[in-house]
Amino acid sequence: MSVYETPPPSSALVMTIPAREFVLDRTGSAVPQLLLSASGTVNGSSPAAWSGGNHARSIRRIWLDTFDWRLYRAGLTLEQVSRGGDVSLLLTGRDGAVLADERLTGPVRSAWPALVAALPAGPLRERVEPVAGVRALCPVARAVSKVTELGALNGDQKTIARLAVDQMSVTFPGRGTVPPRLTLTPVRGYQAQADRVCRALGDLPGISTGQDSALEAALAAAGHRAGNRPGKAGGAPLRPSEPAATAVAAILTSLLDALEANLRGTIRDIDTEFLHDLRIAVRWTRSALKLCGRALPDGLVGQYRPEFRWLGELTTPTRDLDVYLLRFPAMSAGLVGAAASDLAPFADYLAVARASAHRRLVRGLRSARFSRLVTGWRADLADVRAPRRKPAVAELAAGTIAAADRRALRAGQLITASSPAESLHDLRKRCKELRYLVEMFGSLHDRAQHWQAIRELRALQDCLGDFQDASLQQAEIRAFAGQMLADRRVPAETLLAMGEIAAGLARRQRKARGEFDARFADFAGAASQARLLGLSGSAAA
Amino acid sequence: MKVIATYNIKGGVGKTAAAVNLGYLAARDGCRVLLWDLDPQGAASYLFRIKPKVKGGGEALIKGRRSIDAAIKGTDFDRLDLLPADFTYRNLDLMLGAGKQPARRLASLLAPLKSEYDAVFLDCPPSISLLSESVLRAADLLLVPLIPTTLSVRTLDQLTEFVGQLNGHQPAILAFFSMIDRRKRLHTQIAADLPNQRPDFATAVIPALSVIEQMAVHRAPVTAFAPRSLAGRQYAELWREARQRAGLAACASATE
Repeated sequence: MSVYETPPPSSALVMTIPAREFVLDRTGSAVPQLLLSASGTVNGSSPAAWSGGNHARSIRRIWLDTFDWRLYRAGLTLEQVSRGGDVSLLLTGRDGAVLADERLTGPVRSAWPALVAALPAGPLRERVEPVAGVRALCPVARAVSKVTELGALNGDQKTIARLAVDQMSVTFPGRGTVPPRLTLTPVRGYQAQADRVCRALGDLPGISTGQDSALEAALAAAGHRAGNRPGKAGGAPLRPSEPAATAVAAILTSLLDALEANLRGTIRDIDTEFLHDLRIAVRWTRSALKLCGRALPDGLVGQYRPEFRWLGELTTPTRDLDVYLLRFPAMSAGLVGAAASDLAPFADYLAVARASAHRRLVRGLRSARFSRLVTGWRADLADVRAPRRKPAVAELAAGTIAAADRRALRAGQLITASSPAESLHDLRKRCKELRYLVEMFGSLHDRAQHWQAIRELRALQDCLGDFQDASLQQAEIRAFAGQMLADRRVPAETLLAMGEIAAGLARRQRKARGEFDARFADFAGAASQARLLGLSGSAAA
Repeated sequence: MKVIATYNIKGGVGKTAAAVNLGYLAARDGCRVLLWDLDPQGAASYLFRIKPKVKGGGEALIKGRRSIDAAIKGTDFDRLDLLPADFTYRNLDLMLGAGKQPARRLASLLAPLKSEYDAVFLDCPPSISLLSESVLRAADLLLVPLIPTTLSVRTLDQLTEFVGQLNGHQPAILAFFSMIDRRKRLHTQIAADLPNQRPDFATAVIPALSVIEQMAVHRAPVTAFAPRSLAGRQYAELWREARQRAGLAACASATE
């Protein structure tokens, strides 16, 4: 079974023998003839003959993945294949074996991107859902193929393998032509004979074993590469001796790239992670300006800090509501006294509020102010030059990380059993700043030490995050309840259910508070601190 | 998964032709189909150009030394697989008799294939034996080809009575007239009358036609190489009735 064959019935979980791929170094329609002329002459008598190959049919393919390539990174390939009026979704594994094949029998889905929930229920969705999570499936490549099919016959004129000759033209993300690809799929029970055909094909002049998958080949023909993650904030590759000014400018430029990569998805509301990643890029930018801004030319920080603060605040209401809505199924499932259906008016309220917040966000992102911000910021970063007295980036990294670590330690050591929630909120901010710095300058660190330090920091951050989220959400749910009462559109049972959620949040907050002392002690312990300061040391060296 | 057996105590009545053509039609309708050629003569295997050979013979399959899955061969038709015949199948009775619960062995061998196939066709050898009993216990539908003679109808009655005496699972029975010679008045008369009088008879009848014999030349089902011939049309009608009687739910619609 391969992409070229007639699909099985809808919703089938398919077990297949992996197909073998070859690539031709020649083009044109003479490929089937080349093979037909080679029948019986290659490797003795394998295959005895080829059948078919007289006509080509057209196949249209759309490869789907999340914006951050979750399927590809998990070794999965999902494609929508259209043959005439027949449309199916095909999920394949790393070795090309078909894992699931879903025939689309309803109105043909062409409105990608779409969330995984839009896939028909069945084995394919069950395989994709845990990998894609909340991310939408977006087209990552499109191609049109002319496929000629041949059968490899044995001495009894029995088909032992099917060969598809695929001449593919890529139409997205760029235009290009892929060298003809041959896919040999053994017929069940004829693996050994098909292997001989495979060897015979490999011996033909101009044919080589395919290394890339069809998706990788299509992307390469279009000048792209699978697995690129343009939307993720991350440290730019740095050299320790690089001047701090240009290094910080490089970090900020890469954050601007991440921000802009997520802009379209945020405006089109493709999935909630576009906004989430855009906000991360903004937060890192703000922290970099605050903590490393002294390395930049005078005036730049003062000009842009208020603008990025505005951008951060613009995105907060939508993200807060996203978080609520994403957690809604878990919150509903956790109800003990109330029924999940009691929360329906609350869910409706959140959805309306979220739609309204998103409209305001889009207005902001389409405003002249935003446009000026990103255009001006990119141009100003490009103009950053190393000053005459130029501290190296390693020196800056060591200094800022050590200072951020001291601030976090000080804030944490002041926290006692009677400290207000604000003290923990403040510590959380200090820890975030420290984490951003460690990640921003990550390319300067020893890799193993770096990840160990991140893991230790994250353990404390998770505890603080749980505490603050639960605290904020309790305040928010009270505010939502007040607003819904004022709007006179909330039944009593909904308020009761919301009260139960608030009580659950209070329990979660207490639990996080109870865990805090131990987590902070781990972070402040000699081993963790030595590791963090070791990072700073390795950066300075 | 529905199990459909083409069965008759007599040989040369069109069991294999029915199994091959109905199996092909089921696959064409979008069902995932396995045809098990249980007849040591291996006619169904021959028609699909597959060698009538199973590694380890029938004994390996019956005793579970070799999984059925590993012995299955793909035919040249989409969704249609074949479990080939083997000359050792002539001793299947002895092999079954040597094990526990021989009458239920076939059903238990087929059980693991439930998720892989929508329909399994059993092309049975002409006999009444332990293997036949195992087939009756595994099958949801017995398709019984009959040559339209009085004696044939009597055989069907005996079979029906035997099935009625089985404890537990009993397959449905659908008989159909096969190899009808239109020059014989008795053939045409019985074939016209009985299906109207008995609910266990299909209305479709399969005439004796040279195009059916040509299957051995083409080595393919007549429904594949001559679907619009009279034989092709009659097999299609027989499949419609058999499918309904077997209670086989709609598989994906045909793509060809």
